[in-house]
Amino acid sequence: MNMNYKIIVLAKQVPDTRNVGKDAMKADGTVNRAALSAIFNPEDLNALEQALRIKEKNPGSTVYMLTMGPGRAADIIREGLFRGADGGYLLTDRAFAGADTLATSYALAMAIRKIGHFDLIIGGRQAIDGDTAQVGPQVAEKLGLTQITYAEEIKSIENGRITVTRHIPGGVETVEGPLPIVVTVNGSAASCRPRNAKMVMKYKHARTVTEKQQGNLDYTDLYATHDYLNLEEWSVADVKGDLAQCGLAGSPTKVKSIQNIVFQTKESKTISDSNKDIEGLIVELLANHTIG
Amino acid sequence: MNNLFVYCEIEDGIIADVSLELLTKGRSLANELKCQLEAVIIGTSLKEVEKQVLPYGVDKLHIFDAPGLYPYTSLPHTSILVKLFKEEQPQIALMGATVIGRDLGPRVSSALTSGLTADCTSLEIGDYEEKKDNKIYKNLLYQIRPAFGGNIVATIVNPDHRPQMATVREGVMKKQIINTEYKGKVVRHEVKDFVTDADFVVKVIERHVEKSKNNLKGSPIIISGGYGVGSKDNFKLLFDLAKVINAEVGASRAAVDAGYADHDRQIGQTGVTVRPKLYIACGISGQIQHIAGMQESAIIISINNDPNAPINAIADYVINGTVEQVIPKMIKYYKQNSK
Repeated sequence: MNMNYKIIVLAKQVPDTRNVGKDAMKADGTVNRAALSAIFNPEDLNALEQALRIKEKNPGSTVYMLTMGPGRAADIIREGLFRGADGGYLLTDRAFAGADTLATSYALAMAIRKIGHFDLIIGGRQAIDGDTAQVGPQVAEKLGLTQITYAEEIKSIENGRITVTRHIPGGVETVEGPLPIVVTVNGSAASCRPRNAKMVMKYKHARTVTEKQQGNLDYTDLYATHDYLNLEEWSVADVKGDLAQCGLAGSPTKVKSIQNIVFQTKESKTISDSNKDIEGLIVELLANHTIG
Repeated sequence: MNNLFVYCEIEDGIIADVSLELLTKGRSLANELKCQLEAVIIGTSLKEVEKQVLPYGVDKLHIFDAPGLYPYTSLPHTSILVKLFKEEQPQIALMGATVIGRDLGPRVSSALTSGLTADCTSLEIGDYEEKKDNKIYKNLLYQIRPAFGGNIVATIVNPDHRPQMATVREGVMKKQIINTEYKGKVVRHEVKDFVTDADFVVKVIERHVEKSKNNLKGSPIIISGGYGVGSKDNFKLLFDLAKVINAEVGASRAAVDAGYADHDRQIGQTGVTVRPKLYIACGISGQIQHIAGMQESAIIISINNDPNAPINAIADYVINGTVEQVIPKMIKYYKQNSK
């Protein structure tokens, strides 16, 4: 028997730290965020794919995106919609700024409480701007749920249980847990399907309240008649957040200092690939017992 | 009270290397802080584990031994650490930045509302000035980690919350026994006082673990290839040389991504950290993420046909040439000159 599942996908907009150019670092050693393009965190796309597969196998299931960030992070919700999600929520407020993983998890957990009913919360294992892998487990703890991290594939979801294969050192492990649950997905899991052209047509004008206020108003009627184009935008107050637990104030960890990476350079000896040079090097390495 | 705690991972009855590395580091930090080093082992049918950890200078070992605690699942281990830490009030708690440590650490830190810094590569003790309130904090744990995809290094502190928690990368710290006869106290806890039946909701149905096929961490000589090796065929040359000089073969992320080498051979920030006696970098340009994983090698040879490859700056010897040209010659002259 098929069941309907309500799935929330945690996704983050991140600077593309994997393609860092020369201008990405300022002279003082800090990151020049403006020089990096903002992308959908790669492992969150793997998580979205797992969610969409459950939706396909269980008609009537829904997939909602939840993201926290500045106004432009609404792109993450649209990207989700273009690939098959049903809706999304943007958590945005100045009071969220400077959050470490604990304050981030608190905010996300409060938003999930506001969303209400759900069966599965799924996100990438970690985001490429922090590489901490902490937010998934911390959201789970805040909601009093258990977790399965490092997931490769959701094998099945039925009778209130979920079966997941996960990556462990030197192998794989299959585990089974109860719903509702938090799952985080590895980058080695199946890639996310591309955008669906029909969905792009349907959702290309989807906007948050703030975006509608900033944009041109030609489409005002559209939002009144097509409610699915209105993206939810929530502040700290909307999710009944305690300011003391949000953003910088709610973050136990503080950044003391940031440094450029400087490697100890050595005085190196350069040789050619001639027989004589290479034999000389090998003889030297043998003589000082580095090899042999 | 207010001691330094290390959570020790165990697989097949053997304490993980990363945990022993942390005990070694923990011992020296505890000396600096004039506090005790305590270790925690959670598992099933634990035999003679104290012999494995006490020689690292552990003053007190907490053992939790009961069915269902191995293989690891999140909730029972979390419940144990949370209750133990509430009772013992550690000032610092460390664990490996492994699949287990990165699953457990955040959960424990969330339950205790303490901070946690992931994937540290260095730990130090020092003071911190909160400029806003003009307040000085003495003897905090500096949690030092690469950030922003490895492009910068950040020092994180945890001024007001305890324990100061950090996960630490495998292989970045040395492990060293301080005294094989070290006298530490062993406490076997009553597990049912720490966990409830509800903690055992996740079941491990199946588990396949194979011993690592390579010995990158332990090999005194590593020959490592990058994208510049050019092809999987050329990569075989590295294995040929490795066989002759008794070395292990590693790879950069670019080489792994290109399919030249298996993922478990990757050296660098995402991958293994190594410090061999000799590191031969073949066709590796030297992204900082790679250098971070091998810079402590005693001698570095770079084989590269680009004289401006960044890795050359940290190399002791730079051979200007291609892998196809240079490696067969190295094999030939090694055979001719050895013995």
